[in-house]
Amino acid sequence: MVQSTDLSQGRRAAATAPVAAVETFTGNRGLQLEERLIFEYAHADRSGVDLPEPPKVKDRLGGLRRRGAIGLPGLAEPQVVQHYTRLSQKNYAIDSGLYPLGSCTMKHNPRLNERMARLPGFGDVHPLQPQSTVQGAIELIGALAGWLTTLTGMPAVAMSPAAGAHGEMCGMMAIAAALAASGEGHRKTVLVPESAHGTNPATAAALGFSVKPIAATADGRVDVAALKAALGSDVAAIMLTNPNTCGLFERDIREVADAVRAAGAYFYCDGANYNAIVGRVRPGDLGIDCMHINLHKTFSTPHGGGGPGSGPVVLSARLAPYAPRPWVVRDDAGWRLAEEDGAAGDDQALGRLKAFHGQMGMFVRALAYMLSHGADGLRQVAEDAVLNANYVMARLKAELTPAFDGPCMHECLFDDDFLKDTGISTLDFAKAMIDEGYHPMTMYFPLVVHGAMLIEPTETQSKHALDEFCDTMLHLARKAKSGTAAEAFKAAPLLAPRRRLDETLAARKPILRWRPTNQGPGDGPLKQAAE
Amino acid sequence: MRYLPLTDADRREMLATIGVRSIDDLFRDVPTSVRLPGPIAGLSSHMGEMEVERRLGRMAARNLAASDAPFFVGAGAYKHHVPASVDHLIQRGEFLTSYTPYQPEITQGTLQYLFEFQTQVTMLTGMEVANASMYDGSTGASEAVLMANRVTRRNKAVLSGGLHPHYRAVIETTARWQGFRVAGAPVDADGIEDLAALVDKEVSCVVVQNPSVFGHVRDLAPLAQACHAAGALLVVVVTEVVSLGLLTPPGDMGADIVVCEGQSLGVGLNFGGPYVGLFATREKLMRQMPGRLVGETVDADGKRGFVLTLSTREQHIRREKATSNICTNAGLCALAFTIHLTLLGERGFTRLAELNHATAVRAAERLARVPGVKVLNDSFFNEFTVMLPKPAAPVVEALAERRILAGVPVSRLLPHAPLCADLLLVAVTETVSDDDIEALAAGLEEVL
Repeated sequence: MVQSTDLSQGRRAAATAPVAAVETFTGNRGLQLEERLIFEYAHADRSGVDLPEPPKVKDRLGGLRRRGAIGLPGLAEPQVVQHYTRLSQKNYAIDSGLYPLGSCTMKHNPRLNERMARLPGFGDVHPLQPQSTVQGAIELIGALAGWLTTLTGMPAVAMSPAAGAHGEMCGMMAIAAALAASGEGHRKTVLVPESAHGTNPATAAALGFSVKPIAATADGRVDVAALKAALGSDVAAIMLTNPNTCGLFERDIREVADAVRAAGAYFYCDGANYNAIVGRVRPGDLGIDCMHINLHKTFSTPHGGGGPGSGPVVLSARLAPYAPRPWVVRDDAGWRLAEEDGAAGDDQALGRLKAFHGQMGMFVRALAYMLSHGADGLRQVAEDAVLNANYVMARLKAELTPAFDGPCMHECLFDDDFLKDTGISTLDFAKAMIDEGYHPMTMYFPLVVHGAMLIEPTETQSKHALDEFCDTMLHLARKAKSGTAAEAFKAAPLLAPRRRLDETLAARKPILRWRPTNQGPGDGPLKQAAE
Repeated sequence: MRYLPLTDADRREMLATIGVRSIDDLFRDVPTSVRLPGPIAGLSSHMGEMEVERRLGRMAARNLAASDAPFFVGAGAYKHHVPASVDHLIQRGEFLTSYTPYQPEITQGTLQYLFEFQTQVTMLTGMEVANASMYDGSTGASEAVLMANRVTRRNKAVLSGGLHPHYRAVIETTARWQGFRVAGAPVDADGIEDLAALVDKEVSCVVVQNPSVFGHVRDLAPLAQACHAAGALLVVVVTEVVSLGLLTPPGDMGADIVVCEGQSLGVGLNFGGPYVGLFATREKLMRQMPGRLVGETVDADGKRGFVLTLSTREQHIRREKATSNICTNAGLCALAFTIHLTLLGERGFTRLAELNHATAVRAAERLARVPGVKVLNDSFFNEFTVMLPKPAAPVVEALAERRILAGVPVSRLLPHAPLCADLLLVAVTETVSDDDIEALAAGLEEVL
């Protein structure tokens, strides 16, 4: 069912020279514009902001007035706008098209959410204003907390973690606190399946736990027998992602939860993939103790080039007393932030994780998203996400090799078996996708699958977009297997703003900042690297 | 639903291609006992844009926005004017809806602005290298202590009594659960503490804020010398980054790690987040830094380009041996920061700092003339501490009823420090007018 990509309505153009061979005077390629660093066309006398003359006063800087210039570049507003506009055009984004980065959930970011976050009553209020002047803002945190606990079927939620990894830290600290409180502080082992996100073992290790990996079974799930065998009196917790990073639901999760609890340990669920089950399954019904929720994944707050995120953590009744401060309270007087320990017996909180009250701007966006979808729409979100991933898997398995049999959840996983003996790697395949106009899928993760390709289309892609993507992937796979294309794959991408970048050079001779001695584009870094 | 492109016909066709009869067949790995038969009870159904705007608009309207009142609230978050082009540019979809630049060939936009951001941060702080941002200043401060512990192989941090109490609390939480010791100096409202006396051979770092949370500006060079003599690092925290337009940068005073809250530039107040942490250090400590780093390199054609680098420090490579568990940072806030700073440039940024200081000096002089009010600071940048003749919290409430947001009562940050109950932190930025200062002074005269 390969569709024609000719949308010219039958008109024919005369043949011209191949695109890649065209050289231009500027280095620009049509709308693709080369752009210098701000430091390279600045002038100290320029500014893009007009400010009034400061009133004359006798300064009170304690003799610490700065001597010498900072060195900041000066540009007028039009230059600044052009600079960042040109930079933006070098980025692939969800707004540009399908962004199948598995585990990252690159779904459409509604602009209504941006508008709501910029309402002065949310965007222009200070975290330390008198609480009487921010009742609606505290109410919003409370409302979002209500949605999160209801959707997950968990009794409590900690709102302050700034991102998923920060949420993991919060949840694992709560577990450490609960263990210490019950005299079980000697439990120092955390079980982590081999397929886990890198943040899981990093978090556990940071908190002084020793990490014990648990193998996966041949069907891509945690080995329950191995897990049970490892559940000794030294085990503090298990950190399990569900659906897991292979895109599969852990069928035996109830059994795992029962075993963990019976062994006196806690169950940390990594909620990075909660978008696959939101509205259809309540994690609380699975027997978990806590789970972070990446608002920037499941609830579509924008990824912003790598943050800001937000990672609220839902908690079971036995962990709820150890939530970090502050939390939101509603009483007769109205909404209130419980910021500091007060009454006796109220001192089990694990402490403060972050200045102020959490990622408010992300809370507003997430709540706008939830209200837009409603409980019914969120259920549809999970269904369409799962349907899209299974559709892509069904179509691609004609040429690619799925890592596991059976249906997947929100993302489908392939290994590199179909590239065997072609001389082409997963990386080469991904780079060829770039020339075809796609952001590559997640590569080489999870680690349990060789040359892994993890594809997450999300629910916000149309069938048409999925078909175009699948046609492209099938074409590339056939080309790879043709036996004549290895060099072409190795050379890709040819048409992106940059070809493959020398990461070894970057790491061996790190240049992490511009210096006045740097030359213009091209010769500067080479010269520096040779120093 | 407006965000879901699949039609029912699409869904039927796709199920047929997959070879299953219904969507439930795709959820067959989920135990039947936990599958919900319909939408979760107790939550509303889907809404159109108008209805969502109405709902959230009602909540927003119950808050007093900073721009709608004479505004003097600071203590770690500051109201500054953000040029219109900043918000316009960060909302370009290519920035807003991309992710961590894992594929450098098609994310040079993000990588280049982060490289420029890192450079600007080194210039402001007087340091040699900076990372691509942290969640915020407070978590950055906690990461700085962890880094100092790694570098010195010691595990005791000395915290200044002028450090923002929330920052101190975040470091203490980290200390408690990640296993290092904290020696906290007594609250230093007067700016006279001598931290050098607390530095011994067990100390990995001293964490000091400049200007302090009470506003005092200190020469940290002697403290840096004391730290270095004992083999400890000096960590300098700056919660008001605009101050670096006018003050000697921490790097020039001997800081080893500098952490700033960058919220003042580009980001806005946002009721406390998201903000952006700046993190800078010496080149020799580069490989012990947390967070993402962007470096310059060349592509296969020899053209300059940028990549994420030194990632062997990070969790996705090193797992349990990583320097930090951090994955996401504050990319979009870093973009807002760097655009605002680029717009300002050397000239605009230093003038902005001058304007903040001069306005604050005028405010301090006016408030000092209010009967019963005493300004505690000799030195300050754009925030200072005043002592009132009675507890500050009810005074702030009374002024809020008059629609004046007078500042942060120290008791909000330190509820268990009775000696601080009468202290009020007053922040004065370029957004404060002469009329605002007069309104605050008159308001205080009325309620005191």
